[in-house]
Amino acid sequence: MTIALPRRAALLGAAATLATPAVHAQEGPIRIGEINSYSAQPAFLTPYRNAWMMAQDEVNAAGGINGRRIETVFRDDGGRPEDAVRHAGELVNNERVALLSGGFLSNVGLAVADFANQNRRLYVASEPLTDALVWARGNRFTFRLRPSTYMQCAMLVEEAAKLPARRWATVAPNYEYGQSAVRWFKELLTRAKPDVQFVAEQFPALGRIDAGATVQALAGANPEGIFNVTFGADLTNFVRQGSTRGLFERRSVVSLLTGEPEYLDPLGDEAPEGWIVTGYPWEELNTEGHTRFRENYRRRFNTHPRLGSVVAYDTVSAIVGMLRKSGGTETDAMIEAMRGLTFPTAFGEAEVEFRAIDHQSTLGAYIGRTALRRGRGVMVDWRYADGRNYLPTDEVVRTLRPQG
Amino acid sequence: MFENLLVQGLSGLASASSLFLVASGLTVIFGVTRIVNFAHGSLYMMGAYLSWTLVTALPRGHLGFWGGVLVAALIVGVIGVLIEVLLLRRIYKAPELFQLLGTFGVVLIVQDVALMIWGPQDLLGPRAPGLRGAVEILGVRFPLYELFLIAVGPVVLGLLWLLFHRTRWGTTVRAATADREMVGALGVNQRMLFTTVFFLGSVLAGLGGALQLPRESVNLQMDLAIIAEAFVVVVIGGLGSLPGAFLAALLLGQLQAFGILIFPKITLVLAFLVMAVVLVVRPHGLLGRPPASAHAAHVVEPPYPPATPLVRYLGFAALALAVLVPPFMGEFALIVFTEIAIMVLFAASLHFIMGPGGMASFGHAAYFGLGAYGAALLAKHFAAPMELGLFAAPLMAGFAGVVFGWFCVRLSGVYAAMLTLAFAQIAWSTAFQWVEVTGGDNGILGVWPSAWAQPKLVYYYLALVLCVGVTLLLRRAIFAPFGYALRAGRDSPLRAEAIGMDGFRIRWVAFIFAAIAAGVAGGLFAYAKGSVFPTYMAIPRSVDALLMVLLGGVQTVSGPIVGALAYTWIHEQLMRSFDLWRLFLGSVIVALVLFFPQGLVGAAQRLTERRK
Repeated sequence: MTIALPRRAALLGAAATLATPAVHAQEGPIRIGEINSYSAQPAFLTPYRNAWMMAQDEVNAAGGINGRRIETVFRDDGGRPEDAVRHAGELVNNERVALLSGGFLSNVGLAVADFANQNRRLYVASEPLTDALVWARGNRFTFRLRPSTYMQCAMLVEEAAKLPARRWATVAPNYEYGQSAVRWFKELLTRAKPDVQFVAEQFPALGRIDAGATVQALAGANPEGIFNVTFGADLTNFVRQGSTRGLFERRSVVSLLTGEPEYLDPLGDEAPEGWIVTGYPWEELNTEGHTRFRENYRRRFNTHPRLGSVVAYDTVSAIVGMLRKSGGTETDAMIEAMRGLTFPTAFGEAEVEFRAIDHQSTLGAYIGRTALRRGRGVMVDWRYADGRNYLPTDEVVRTLRPQG
Repeated sequence: MFENLLVQGLSGLASASSLFLVASGLTVIFGVTRIVNFAHGSLYMMGAYLSWTLVTALPRGHLGFWGGVLVAALIVGVIGVLIEVLLLRRIYKAPELFQLLGTFGVVLIVQDVALMIWGPQDLLGPRAPGLRGAVEILGVRFPLYELFLIAVGPVVLGLLWLLFHRTRWGTTVRAATADREMVGALGVNQRMLFTTVFFLGSVLAGLGGALQLPRESVNLQMDLAIIAEAFVVVVIGGLGSLPGAFLAALLLGQLQAFGILIFPKITLVLAFLVMAVVLVVRPHGLLGRPPASAHAAHVVEPPYPPATPLVRYLGFAALALAVLVPPFMGEFALIVFTEIAIMVLFAASLHFIMGPGGMASFGHAAYFGLGAYGAALLAKHFAAPMELGLFAAPLMAGFAGVVFGWFCVRLSGVYAAMLTLAFAQIAWSTAFQWVEVTGGDNGILGVWPSAWAQPKLVYYYLALVLCVGVTLLLRRAIFAPFGYALRAGRDSPLRAEAIGMDGFRIRWVAFIFAAIAAGVAGGLFAYAKGSVFPTYMAIPRSVDALLMVLLGGVQTVSGPIVGALAYTWIHEQLMRSFDLWRLFLGSVIVALVLFFPQGLVGAAQRLTERRK
C-alpha cells in the first residue's frame, strides 16, 4: 500500500500518525460532514448531491484513501445559519466527522466557518461566494472552492471595459451578494475606464422582484450598458419583462452567473441573446476530463450535469487529494495539506490550487456570450478564465485578510 | 420623462391586479371563517404549477391556454375544499388562531409534494396566445399581457361584487362576515357556507397563480414569497373588505413602482412600512370596520387553574431530569438541550401576551433577534464580555417593546398581530440593510461565551438557570394581581375599565415584559450559536414561536413549555433523519392539530378533568 504512494506523502503520513498516537481507529471509513440548504435551494443542490455521490463512489471503487473508504453525512440547514451551526455541532460530536464541507448561502458559510474556527475543525466551503469568507473574516480553518464575487466581477469587467458603453445601470438582488457584486463592478470598471457613468441602480428583494417596475425604472434612465446580478426566478421574470419591453435592444448586458445551466435552462427559448456572462458551457466543453465527467454523470442520472455538479465533484476531489496528502485526519495535518494543494477539476482544465495566502482556490469560470440554439440558451464564444488571473496581488490580499 | 412615469404607473397597476387576485381570496375566507389561512400561498403556487402542467400538455392555442388556466383554478378550488372538509372543519371550535397551525402544516406538506411532482428546476410557462407582444404607449413599449392583467383586477372585483350583492348566497356570506352567530341562529347551513366560501377563495388563489404563468417562472418559493404580501394587502384594506383589498393592492403597487425610482433599496420593507403607517392611523385598515357587536366576541376563556399537585410533581420531575441527566450526555445532546431551554423561554414569553394578554403577535422574533443583536453589537463594537452582553440583550429588546408595544397594544386581534409583524419586519430589514453596523445578512460572527462558560455543560446550566428562572417569573406574574388584571382586560375590557383598570397600560407593561423575556432568550441564543444573523428575527422564527404556543395549548399556562419541548425536539429529529422532513413535519403537525385541538396540554387537562 505504501509503495503506491509518493514518498513524501508516505513520510508525511507516517509523521502525522506518530504525532497523534491512535486517536481514531485507522481502519474505519473517513467521514465528511456535508451541510447545505438542500430543501431551500433544490435547483442547485439536487445536481450537487448527485455528483457528490458519484465522486464518492468513484473514490471508494478505486480503493478509497489508503484503503479507507470515505463516507458522507448529509445535513439540511433549510437556509438558516443557526440550524447549520447546530448540525455542525452534531456532525463533529456525534457523527465524528473528520471535516466539514458545503454551504450554499453566504451567511451559512460564514456561520460554519466561524464554528470551524472556534472548534478547530477543517471546513471546506464549496459554494458560498462572499468575499468575506476568505478575506475580511477569513480564518485558518476555512477554505473556499468557487471563484468569489470579486473574481467573477473581475472576469466580467475585463469584457465590459472593451464595450463602447459609457452609461451603465445595475440591477442586483437586495442582499450582501448583490450589493458587493455591484460595488466591485463599479469600482473595477471605473478603474479600467475612468469615464464610465452609473446612471441607475435597482435592488429588488431576492425572490420577489417586481419585474415590470424594475425594468421600466432601468429603461427610464436610458443606459448604454446593464450589469445584472439577479438569478433564478428573479432573472426569469426580469428577462421576460425586459425582452417584451425592449430593454435589452441596442444595449450591452453583462450578467453574473447567467451562463450556468441552473439559470439558463429554465429560460428555455426565451433565453436572452448576446449577453456577456459567466457560466458553464457543459455541452460544448470537450476537454478529456470533462467529457468523461459529463458522460459518467449522464449515464448515472440520465440528465446533464449542472454547475452545482461540478462544484460538488471538485469539492470531493479536493478533499480526497488533501486526505491522500495529509495521510491522516488530524486537523492541523489536513490544513497543512490543503494549503497549496493542487487537484484536478471536472472542467478538465489546468489543475486547481488552494492558495496558501488566503485559502481561496484558483478554480475559474467560463466567460462567453449567450445565444439560442435549437430552442434553448447556450454559451458561445466562451473561454476559460483561470481564477488565478482574477485575484488581487498578494500585497492587497494581505491587507484584506486578517493576518496571524 | 412623462411617458416613463406613465408607464411606470401602468406597471404598478399590473402588479396591483395580480396582488389583488390573491388577496381577494384571502380576505373572503377570513371574513367568513376568521381563519388566518397560511396555506393561501400554497394554493396560489399550486394554481401556477397545475396551469403549467395543463397548458403545456393541452394543444396550443386559445382554448388550450385559457382552458388550462381556468381548469387549474377549479382544481385548486377542489383542493381547498378538501383542506376545509378534512382539516379545518374539525377545528373551528379550537381557540382563536389555532387553525393557523393546521394551515402551516399544509404549507410544509405542499412544499415537498410540489418538489416531488414538479422537480427542483424553475418552470417557464408559455406566453398567452394573442397577448405575446407589446403596444407602444407614447413611444414606450408596454406588454399586452400586462394591460390584460390591469383589466382583470377590476373585472374580478366587479364580478365578486355582483356575486355578493345580487345572489342569495352572496348575501348570506356578507351577513356571516358581519355576524356569524346571528346567521347561524337564523338557520343558515354554516358548514355549507364555509365550504363554498373556501372553494371560492381557493379558486381565486389558484387563478391568481395561474395568471402569473405568462409573466413569471413557476418555482417552489412562490408560496412564501406571496403570502406575507397578500396578508399585508388584506390588513391594509381592512379584513374581509373586498374594495379595501383592491384599494390596498393599488396603493402598494403604485408605491412600489414609484418608490424604487427614489429608494432602490426600499424593496425589502416597503409593504410593511405602509402597513405600519396605515394601522397606526386607521386601526381597522382603510375600509375595515370594527367588530360589529359585543355578542359576536369570542367565548370567555376559563380561568387558569393553579397547578395541581400532579402538575407540580411532573414539573419538578422534569426539572430534576434537566438538572441531573446532562452531565452524562454527549456534547451534541447538550447543544440541543440548551436550544430547547432557550425555546421554552421564547415560547413562554410569547404566551404571556398571547394567552393572558389575549393579543397574538406575528412578530415576536423581533425581540428575540434584538436581544441577540444587543449582545452581539456590544461584543463586536466594544468587545464587551458575555456577562455584559447578556445584560444588554433584555435591555435592547425591552426598549423595542416600549416603543413598538405602545403602538401595538392599542389594536386588537389580527390587526394587532399584523402590526407586530410590521415592526418585526422593519427591525429585520434594519439589521439586514445597515451593513456598517450590523454586518447585513452576513451577520456578526465571533459572539462566543466568556472562558468560564465555554464548556457546553456550564453554558447549558447557565441557560437553564436563566430560562427556567425567567419562565417561572412570567408564571408568577400570571398568577399575581397583575396577571388577573391582564386577563380581566382581555375577557371584559369594558368592565375592567369601569372598575378603574387602565387596560392600555396593563397590556403595554405585559408587552414589555414579554419583549424582555424574549430578549433574554435571544441573548442566550446568540452566545450558544456564536453568531447572529437577521434570520433570528425573520418571519419563520416568529412562526416557530406561534407554533410552539399553539401546539402546547394557548389556553393553558404550561402549554408553551410543553409545546416548545415537543416542537423543537420533533423538528430537530426530523430535519436530521429525513430528506423529506418538511413533509413529515407537516403531517405530524396536521395529525396533532386533528387529535389535540386544544393543544397538547389542553388535551391533557381535559383528560384529567374527565377522570374526576
